[in-house]
Amino acid sequence: MIKRIKIGTGSCGLAAGAAEVFDFFKENVQDIDIVGVGCIGHCYAEPIVEVETDNGSVYYHSAKPKQAYLDKVLNMEDDFRLSFRPERSDRELLKVTKLAGKIDPVSIVEYMQHGGYGAFQKALQMKPADVVEEVKISGLRGRGGGGFPTGLKWGFLHSQKSKEKILICNADEGDPGAFMDRSLMESVPHQVLEGMLIAAQAIGATQIFIYCRAEYPLAIKHLKIAIKQILDKKLNHINGQEVDIHIKEGAGAFVCGEETAMIHSLEGNRGTPRFRPPYPTDSGFKGYPTLINNVETYANIPIIINEGGKEFASLGTENSKGTKLFALAGDLKYPGLVEVPMGITLSEVVYEIGGAEKGSVKAVQIGGPSGGCIPADQFDVKIDYDSLESLGAIMGSGGLIFIGNNRCMVETARYFLDFTARESCGKCTFCRVGTKRMLEYLENITHGKGQPGDIDFLEDLGNKIIKGSLCGLGQTAPNPVLSTIRYYRNEYEKHITEKQCKARVCNALVDLYLDREKCVECGLCIKNCPVNAISDDFVIDNEICTRCNSCIEVCPTDAIERTARGDAGA
Amino acid sequence: MPDVYTTLRELEKDRSNLIKALQQVQEVEGYISDTDVSEISDYFSIPPVEVEGVLSFYAQFKREKPGKYIISVCDGTACHIKGASLVANWISDNLGIEDGETDEEGLFSLVTVACLGCCSLAPVIGINGKIFGNLDRKKLLKVLKQYKQMG
Repeated sequence: MIKRIKIGTGSCGLAAGAAEVFDFFKENVQDIDIVGVGCIGHCYAEPIVEVETDNGSVYYHSAKPKQAYLDKVLNMEDDFRLSFRPERSDRELLKVTKLAGKIDPVSIVEYMQHGGYGAFQKALQMKPADVVEEVKISGLRGRGGGGFPTGLKWGFLHSQKSKEKILICNADEGDPGAFMDRSLMESVPHQVLEGMLIAAQAIGATQIFIYCRAEYPLAIKHLKIAIKQILDKKLNHINGQEVDIHIKEGAGAFVCGEETAMIHSLEGNRGTPRFRPPYPTDSGFKGYPTLINNVETYANIPIIINEGGKEFASLGTENSKGTKLFALAGDLKYPGLVEVPMGITLSEVVYEIGGAEKGSVKAVQIGGPSGGCIPADQFDVKIDYDSLESLGAIMGSGGLIFIGNNRCMVETARYFLDFTARESCGKCTFCRVGTKRMLEYLENITHGKGQPGDIDFLEDLGNKIIKGSLCGLGQTAPNPVLSTIRYYRNEYEKHITEKQCKARVCNALVDLYLDREKCVECGLCIKNCPVNAISDDFVIDNEICTRCNSCIEVCPTDAIERTARGDAGA
Repeated sequence: MPDVYTTLRELEKDRSNLIKALQQVQEVEGYISDTDVSEISDYFSIPPVEVEGVLSFYAQFKREKPGKYIISVCDGTACHIKGASLVANWISDNLGIEDGETDEEGLFSLVTVACLGCCSLAPVIGINGKIFGNLDRKKLLKVLKQYKQMG
């Protein structure tokens, strides 16, 4: 007996076509409830349909807005069934994401049926100092990247005597390649808000701000609905005080993820960071003591209050407790969002959960533009704050990009510097000019114009930028370059001395070659070449060719390939 | 004041609402005109140069009228290694506009953005907020054709 049908309509699901599936199901199924839910983390299988029955749930992948597909689902046939691989499910531990994709994100009733706001009610019965203490015992560290002990920060706020105290949720998930916070806000907005309300009670906050990227419209929509439900139920009346909850949309500046920059932005100014101290816990938004935590951090709070800090701390490693969400993307078989206990090895995440074939991945990039690359021979590292740092990477917010063997590490480093150079707010000279200069050197190297000594220059300047910058952006911007030099110095050297890109990625060091043996003379390449670089007798003129790969994409027999520069004519 | 500023007038005259005001105006008009800058400056009693200073800091705000369809090419990490720059090139070749430009008919604008958060579907583009993922050249050209036909 089918109880109801759930369709994953988070951003990833929608991008894969879930909206059309949802509409089609709604229109063609009369007597069963069709509900849009968040993300269950198995992005590779989107759009995903869950059939809820009295005997548990059955999942279907690659849903289509077609009658034939709908029939299969309604008859619960085996076709298109999504089976969860034990390689992943045995290693995952769903705590923060336990309800993600399982409940209607914008139903406070359903959230409450699953125990939602129970932790908040429990906290209201506790003394604020005891709530702070519980979070301290849990050992929870900030999930936004810095890894600062959450309980300690709350303690600072708790002891502040101020008539106004501000609570900010940092939802400005700017790291390219990270989507943990988006997923939480879209899938379980009430859980994030419950964490904030508990924090508000513990520190005595008078106002709550959620600073969310404007690029996450669905997350903002769900939060707005959830906030309205909270106000209707007067859950924001804490210890006799009405706490205002505001959503502020970011306006596209990566640096605003830094706390002092975020405060400036909330105040209606340019989002530049400032010198600390004073720390926001002493003087933040409009000079009031301010608590800033990240989305995932807040989402952990209800769990800690429910099960107790001690229980929470039993999971993980000595200095890193609980679980962590990771967004897996790049060159792997099963991209998605996973939640694993701290202390799991990177190799388990890469090969077992991600399904990457051994030998196919040369590195993972962790921590986004502030992080570093970890090469495959170091994959036995345990995932916790300290171990990752010892390898020159950082936990960061949780973006894990798989870099396949066919990618160029110098190009990857150049990409990150291009990002940070553009996003540098311009306040500190070393960050403003230094990142630009590093980018120029990297561009030269990838264009085959690198000089001996460039690597040493990059290392030297990188270390100076780290020392000479005020905020996290500049202090971490050189990391992608320094870590790739550390592990892939040979790739840099090959670009500089031999003018070769082994991965055949750097356009300036690559020719396109058409193999006449494989060619069937269909003419598709000639037709699709935007610059007419291919002659009627199927020879590519590499002087004209822009290396746009159009011909490679259309060739039915894979007769065209990228070769080392100078080899094409041979 | 014309209709554009209806929602503006609902905002509290506190500087912390400045960015929200700019966002609301851009939401309606697609960009921030000179008139908007002076209206907003009057409303909050902030000098126009400061309004300009704030809006020029944030990548979201546009000072020129964009095309009907804004194509955002995601150049997040995952999309980048999956060929975002190729995708951008293919669009440029097809529409004849480069990053940051709008075509003559005012139909398409092309912008590169940091990350749309759909990394598992890389490479992706967004057109007026609708996401298209797992793009190869063929799929991309089909999408562009659809939008051209809609006009």
